[in-house]
Amino acid sequence: MNFDLSDEQKMLSDQVSRLLVERSPPDRLRQLIETQASWDEPLWRELAGLGILGTTIPEEFGGLGLSTLELAVIVQALGRAAASTPFMPSIGLAAELIRRAGSEDQKARWLPGLATGELIGTFAYAEPGLGAWQSHPGVGVRNNLLSGTKLPVADLSIADIAVVSCVRDGDLSLAVVDLAHPRVSRSPLVSFDPLKPQGRLVLDEVPFELLDSTDVALTLELVKNQAAVLTSFEQIGGAEACLYMARDYTLGRGVFGRPLASYQAVKHKLADIYVLTELARSNALFAAWAAVNETSDLESAAAAAHLAASDAFELAARDNLQLHGGIGYTFEANCHFHYRRERLLSVVLGGRGFWREQLISALPEQAA
Amino acid sequence: MDFNDTPEQAEFRAEAKAWLADHAPAHELPLGHVMSEEEEIRRGRAWQAAKASGGFGAILWPRDIGLRGGSSIEAVIFAEEEARYNVNNIIPISIGLNFAVPTIIKHGTPEQLTRFGEPTLRGDMIWCQLFSEPGAGSDLAALSTRAERQGDNWVINGQKVWSSWAHHADWGILIARTDATVPKHKGLTFFLVDMRTPGIDIRPIRQISGKSDFNETFFTDVVVPDSCRVGAEGEGWACAMTVLMSERLGSGKDVEGHSVRLLIDRARRAGADGARLIDRPDIQQRLADWYIQEQGVKYFRARLLTQLSRGQRPGAESGVSKLLFTNKLQQTAAYAMEMLGYEGITAEADSLQAVVFDNYLWAAGLRVAGGADEVLKNQIAERVLGMPGEIRSDRTTPFNAAAIAQ
Repeated sequence: MNFDLSDEQKMLSDQVSRLLVERSPPDRLRQLIETQASWDEPLWRELAGLGILGTTIPEEFGGLGLSTLELAVIVQALGRAAASTPFMPSIGLAAELIRRAGSEDQKARWLPGLATGELIGTFAYAEPGLGAWQSHPGVGVRNNLLSGTKLPVADLSIADIAVVSCVRDGDLSLAVVDLAHPRVSRSPLVSFDPLKPQGRLVLDEVPFELLDSTDVALTLELVKNQAAVLTSFEQIGGAEACLYMARDYTLGRGVFGRPLASYQAVKHKLADIYVLTELARSNALFAAWAAVNETSDLESAAAAAHLAASDAFELAARDNLQLHGGIGYTFEANCHFHYRRERLLSVVLGGRGFWREQLISALPEQAA
Repeated sequence: MDFNDTPEQAEFRAEAKAWLADHAPAHELPLGHVMSEEEEIRRGRAWQAAKASGGFGAILWPRDIGLRGGSSIEAVIFAEEEARYNVNNIIPISIGLNFAVPTIIKHGTPEQLTRFGEPTLRGDMIWCQLFSEPGAGSDLAALSTRAERQGDNWVINGQKVWSSWAHHADWGILIARTDATVPKHKGLTFFLVDMRTPGIDIRPIRQISGKSDFNETFFTDVVVPDSCRVGAEGEGWACAMTVLMSERLGSGKDVEGHSVRLLIDRARRAGADGARLIDRPDIQQRLADWYIQEQGVKYFRARLLTQLSRGQRPGAESGVSKLLFTNKLQQTAAYAMEMLGYEGITAEADSLQAVVFDNYLWAAGLRVAGGADEVLKNQIAERVLGMPGEIRSDRTTPFNAAAIAQ
């Protein structure tokens, strides 16, 4: 039995965590919000410099050719720091779609830029009123041009290309669009998490290039489930940050003559968060293993991981602010970054209802 | 990351598998066989004797007393392989193997080990645990059963509860107060008690299920020779900790037979009106949430086993699986009754639904036994997260001067 990260994966996690503690501390996040920055560009360049962005991109296209597990520990560290980067949209989604569904020529065109961070991608999959992961999206092809609206699209204002789910000749397809094209219009939305900007993408007869996949639906399933696994690690990172922030604050805060942390009402709240976080971590590690090995239970494992991590992060983000008392409600305290991020991550991949339905329908009938 | 054995573990598993294939079938119970307590004891002793002969009787006992000296992961591997057979392991044997003898090994004398080790290993000597009292549950050190020294003997008076199988046990492990003038943890001593000694009165406790799996045991002037004292006078709390640590590692293991998957399958069946319960979003939500817990406990346990496999010993975090398992059992049993409506609260005798009734009642006891929810949460907060312990006066106040009734 060796159900744990490898030493190399732990080292990678430590390396990224150390960088983020230094470069993306809470004061940096506050500064980004105050200056209405769309993202932490210097941090992105540093991550690129370490080769982190190319983690799962094959070596022949300038990446490291590592697995979902390595990507997961990086995303977990980003979640712990509540960092403001387009990592999930560009690396976890756009690059993964191109890697799995693109032709050799397409991979050679886009993956090296995504790996160095010079090129930023995003994935436009949700539509107003239709939600995410539609098998028949409203965006479609007419006269070999793409039209329709996608909303919300993560990091839209800073992205160079978008992979767009669409219908072509009645079939679900994946198209790559150059966002600088004049018939593309992008408008910012008010994102509940200002460190993760979202936008509305309107395509009005825009030229595109189809990803050369033989089975788009299968690729989308794999990437969707992998995104759920990665997001669960991001949520677990956030939950850990909240747990230890609350512990440290309550240890240092005296009330009625003793540390706030010594009250059972406080201890049991933190024990509950710990239990949910370990439950989520156990599910997420299994789901990551299933993603790496592309096992048949990836569908249910990914859903279980994302649901468990949503529960853990929700409780952690809320009770962390609660345990800080009045100070937790101020902009100067650090609770609000996770309090906002938690809502975004619970909803961004379709929300609990969608994933519960996937979980239940993915479970095969089991003989008693 | 993988779920595979190391080469050494694989070798041990193969050895265990081969031995079990040769010996377990003869001890298997026919499916659905209902046993009297006497038969259960007889079969349990026989299976233990067989395991002892095969060298698998007490995998964790050290090598220097002539045994395997196996690792915790080997004990787990053997248990996994053994679980493929419907053999009868009984509590009074495991109390001896896992609690009584390990406490003797750590705190007792070579003479005691000679006298109790071999018969316990062979299944000839079976045990009960005499720890809890009406006034001492989670706060075990508050116990008030007295042991007074008279020459070479101790005279024991008091009452113990929750002693399972005491009426069948040959011997019991007992903690009693030998000095009430010192703080409560310091005045305790650990004894081995021959359950046939005059003055011991064992009465079954009627549980909420109507069954009696446990006893209360009364001691009136029960004489125990000093040779049956384990450890020094006043060392009883350290001995109890040896037992309780072993109890904690063993808890929350059994997840068989309570699967959420069975509930999901049931909800997929079409009802009289053709509708399936599983298509209702509220039912989907509840079942999905418990499935996540069930899977989470399974893989959390895999993480603990990974630690054992590396020779590490999981600490208070093992409480997570007990906490989750017992609460999930209670909630899923409750929901199995509610989801099915009138069919859920009535059952044909011996049906699956009748088992659900038992599970719901049993879970209420499990949440209290072997580390109550509230105690486990304190331990996680204090030992894993490093939060302060409770403010207590009972660590320093002499037992007989404590203000609150113990």
